[in-house]
Amino acid sequence: MAKPRIVKFQYPESLEEMPLGPSAVAGILTESNAGWRVQRPVIDHTQCTKCLLCWVLCPDGVIDKEPEMLEIDMNYCKGCGLCAHECPKGVIKMVREGE
Amino acid sequence: MINKSKSSHFDFLNGDEAVAYGAKLCRPHVVAVYPITPQTIVVERISEFVANNLMNCEYIHVESEHSAMCAAMGASLVGARAFTATSSQGLAYMHEMLHYVSGSRFPIVMMNANRTLAAPWNIFGDQRDSLAQRDTGWIQVYVENGQEALDMIIQAYAIAENDQVYTPVMVNLDGFVNTHTFELVNIPEQPEVDAFLPPFKSKNAIDFDRPRSFCMTASPEWNMEFRYQQQEAMKNAEKVIAEVDQKFGDTFGRYYGGLVEEYRCQDAEVVLIGMGSVVGTSRIVVDKLRDKGGKAGLVKLRFYRPFPGEYLKDLSTKVKAIGVIDRDISFGYEGAVASDIKSALCRAGWSPKVINFIAGIAGRDITKENIEEMYNKLFHLTQGKEEKELQFVGLRW
Repeated sequence: MAKPRIVKFQYPESLEEMPLGPSAVAGILTESNAGWRVQRPVIDHTQCTKCLLCWVLCPDGVIDKEPEMLEIDMNYCKGCGLCAHECPKGVIKMVREGE
Repeated sequence: MINKSKSSHFDFLNGDEAVAYGAKLCRPHVVAVYPITPQTIVVERISEFVANNLMNCEYIHVESEHSAMCAAMGASLVGARAFTATSSQGLAYMHEMLHYVSGSRFPIVMMNANRTLAAPWNIFGDQRDSLAQRDTGWIQVYVENGQEALDMIIQAYAIAENDQVYTPVMVNLDGFVNTHTFELVNIPEQPEVDAFLPPFKSKNAIDFDRPRSFCMTASPEWNMEFRYQQQEAMKNAEKVIAEVDQKFGDTFGRYYGGLVEEYRCQDAEVVLIGMGSVVGTSRIVVDKLRDKGGKAGLVKLRFYRPFPGEYLKDLSTKVKAIGVIDRDISFGYEGAVASDIKSALCRAGWSPKVINFIAGIAGRDITKENIEEMYNKLFHLTQGKEEKELQFVGLRW
């Protein structure tokens, strides 16, 4: 899966480098949104059948199905818990960050 | 004003038609307009040009003036030359978008037919509509007749699209007095206009090879720098306006003087300053006063933004009293134009004797007699007599 890469935004360093009107380079991610998360999903890989329902439902598309075991991109998972709620086997647990 | 152009021709046009011809000659890719009296003839003529294949542009029938400016902005965003026209309530309705367009640096040209604002409802001319848009970041020019209207539409694109400016331009015609008065207007030939105004190659358009986000948020840490840019662009415009006028005159034989035009100001003791159609009437009065030996002069304020502050500082050293005709009033103070002129005079260290004449509100005629009376009051000042600083001219009671 092509995971989004964070690109450092180059701020103008002089008046000459200011854009003409409020515009800036598009299509780049300048920061992750991991900080939004209060709880993170943890998959019990011993039980997971890779039915991919979580992959379909994840609103942020952060679940990678390509590796042998599902991987969650924690830079962009905002911790909504939808995957844990919908997992038919109940093998995704939401764990408080910092615990 | 002698026409040097060999291949151009004259036609009997009203001011609105002159604007339509001016727009046609500029080959805009997109025209998005909503009709409103007294601008409607502009819309009608352009739609006829398009329907008759005399004008190759996307003509968008919008549902409001707000949408007209939005559509023009979208067009400019993709690199198109865009034109629109409005008046009064329509201008007020698109107010929000005026800021968007200037702040995003899209060089759109708009004609505005100066008409008063309701209430009381009235379709006739004064300049309260456009003067109320002072701080929207648009360049504003006020024309005196149909010929200047046509010529200024062409010049407006040359000014707006200049690399150092990239700021939209509003070309103002007094409602009815300019928009509906017929006169002989010289229409330049297309190849000459094409040479004067090359195709628009926007440096602020969407580029699929270098994708950008437009009209984005700028935080408090960055917003002020964009505003500074706009102020710098306006300062640049002062120079560009003079250059464009010179080049236009060299090409078409008609020079307008840039930010201001002086009429018989040499050795003048009193000077009247006005904008738009009232200048034409005032010329006749000045001639009459001069014939009788009165040292009267006239200044035609052409551009309201950028404001010719430096010129006025200079003028203040030459004359004894100045009258300002405002077809407008900022309730609770005075006319908007007079305030700016006084501020320029104060910068020159002059304690100005200025009378602000509020006249021509909502289409009230400003007669030659009215103007002569204004000059008489200015002469009173030079003789040491007292005059009220703010005077309504032609008030019923």
